[in-house]
Amino acid sequence: MATAKAVADSRANLPFVYRQYSAEQLKQVLYKMYLIRRFEEGAEESYTRGLIHGTMHLSIGQEASAMGICMPLGEDDQITSTHRGHGHCIAKGAEVKRMFAEFFGKTTGYCKGRGGSMHIADVAKGNLGANGIVGGGIPIAVGAALSSKMMKTGKVVVSFFGDGANNEGAFHEALNMAAVWKLPVIFVCENNGYGMSTSTDRSTAVKNIAERAAAYSMPGVIVNGNIFSEVAEASYKAVERARAGEGPTLIESKTYRHRGHSKSDRNRYRTKEEIEDWMSNRDPITLFENELREFGFIDDKGIEAIRETVAQEIADGIEFAKASPSPDISETGNYVYTEQA
Amino acid sequence: MDAMVRELSYAQAIQEAMAIAMDMDERVFLMGEDIGVYGGAFQVTGDLVERFGTERVIDTPISELGGAGVAVGAAVTGMRPIFEFQFSDFATLAMEQIVNQAAKMRFMLGGEVSVPVVMRFPAGSGTGAAAQHSQSLEAWLGHVPGLKVIQPATPYDAKGMLLAAVADPDPVMIFEHKLLYKAKGPVPEGYYTVPIGKADIRREGRDLTIVATSIMVQKALDAAAVLEAEGIDVEVVDLRTIRPMDKQTVIDSVKKTSRLMCVYEAVKTLGIGAEVSAMIAESEAFDYLDAPIVRLGGAETPIPYNPELEKATVPQVPDIITAARDLVKGVR
Repeated sequence: MATAKAVADSRANLPFVYRQYSAEQLKQVLYKMYLIRRFEEGAEESYTRGLIHGTMHLSIGQEASAMGICMPLGEDDQITSTHRGHGHCIAKGAEVKRMFAEFFGKTTGYCKGRGGSMHIADVAKGNLGANGIVGGGIPIAVGAALSSKMMKTGKVVVSFFGDGANNEGAFHEALNMAAVWKLPVIFVCENNGYGMSTSTDRSTAVKNIAERAAAYSMPGVIVNGNIFSEVAEASYKAVERARAGEGPTLIESKTYRHRGHSKSDRNRYRTKEEIEDWMSNRDPITLFENELREFGFIDDKGIEAIRETVAQEIADGIEFAKASPSPDISETGNYVYTEQA
Repeated sequence: MDAMVRELSYAQAIQEAMAIAMDMDERVFLMGEDIGVYGGAFQVTGDLVERFGTERVIDTPISELGGAGVAVGAAVTGMRPIFEFQFSDFATLAMEQIVNQAAKMRFMLGGEVSVPVVMRFPAGSGTGAAAQHSQSLEAWLGHVPGLKVIQPATPYDAKGMLLAAVADPDPVMIFEHKLLYKAKGPVPEGYYTVPIGKADIRREGRDLTIVATSIMVQKALDAAAVLEAEGIDVEVVDLRTIRPMDKQTVIDSVKKTSRLMCVYEAVKTLGIGAEVSAMIAESEAFDYLDAPIVRLGGAETPIPYNPELEKATVPQVPDIITAARDLVKGVR
């Protein structure tokens, strides 16, 4: 068909994702980036209104990183996530209503109300779970990759972690083993500049965390984590390498969180100007939206339709969570051990 | 030759159990430091690498935290790893993965996963390896819901409980006393299991219940043989599992003998003896007690290097005899 060729030709000079994926797929990405953003805002509002207790770590500003990394993954591929993991969970295919239900502590939540924000997971969709321990998921991802290799399932495993985790021993031990054993795992460091309040300048001896890859003989790739296409392209290459049996890759996705570390953060370690700059000039959704519009993949009407759909889905999700039952106190002891007949 | 009288060492029994498990189930594999051609620091894996290859008998780097985490990750995603710590002391390097991840993952995820990992810990003193290679840390892990913690005391139990551990869907921590590795005992050929969570009455008696763990079981039996000549009839309960603990067997024994002594190698305070004592104090057996409960445990010190000091640090047979005699005769 001449049409397909014409489309391909017209995209030849565009960034990676516009050559690689269909307009429908890209619109779906924008939809999911909005879904993550609005989910975080919905969770924050519910927290403020006292509907969610505990704490949470919002990933607003990091949506392109989660979506870009997950773009080339299949449903069977797996991820381990972090305390800032809501975006990863949605990017890997979770339903926001069951995520809200989990945050509300309800039985319909992904963890039946036992995990909350910090342990959100969707095992059926390959998300082995967020983690409350910085770096805790990294060796687990390597173990999942070892399973993939031993069972010859062809699965690729992505381990998300933050810049803080790169100074944990688990990071170094896990990267070394993955490289020695050439495992199909991708290490994704979402460097948002701060481990809680301590900047990477003050905590990390190397300028770029990707440089750590050299110590473990694997490619270290730096991407602008706020540009979806850049992230997706790096992930695509790393997935290809992993599936070919060539071993792990370390991707450093440089990004920024618009909100504080958690709900206790007073933002004393960064300036208003810095936050304002990232929000106004480098917002990942705005950047992606502008590209989609510029390259003719979507118009304002299409964007508005996505926003409306997302708003409805978030509202429905919160209602679902509110209406869902809480677990019975008599069931507190469930799931400590595997129930056996 | 009668298979039932065949004798194996404790280490050989474990090795045979691992070989059977790997033969039966291709998901079972071994990970640990120097468990391949070296055969393991205590030769427990021995020549298994020759039989099963380096893909199923995996030498890890010296990375206890990472290695334990890899085992947890593999277990969650369909494999059945048996992870050997070179010394139980090195569990301290991996506590994050054991306590925060392996023990809690099923719970935190609302039952969506199981973590069928087995971890083996060569434990205890008596080898002259001093303070960082001689500890008994089983109560540390016994304190964590989500884990199962076992201490087989005989070659028969070592094999049967390891096979039960591999078949178990949850994380099972096995503490193996290093001085037991060469101890011999009858071990049937082929597959059998010894249930986790069930104590064993190793010697029946009327006058005193000794609840012992691991190497202290044999020491208690040796003491019981001496005491028998003095007319003191000791019942020895081998606890075998410290989590989940078989309370009923201990309660029934104490109701019968009316006296309780706990003997264990780990540091005395805040340990298994405290738990067993408190459990009895809370139970119907309390009313049957004719004397205060006695605990014999390790000294409140690190394990020393000097062999005489090292022996003095943990309960020995004469200590058990003296304590039992005093307990039965009401000397306090």
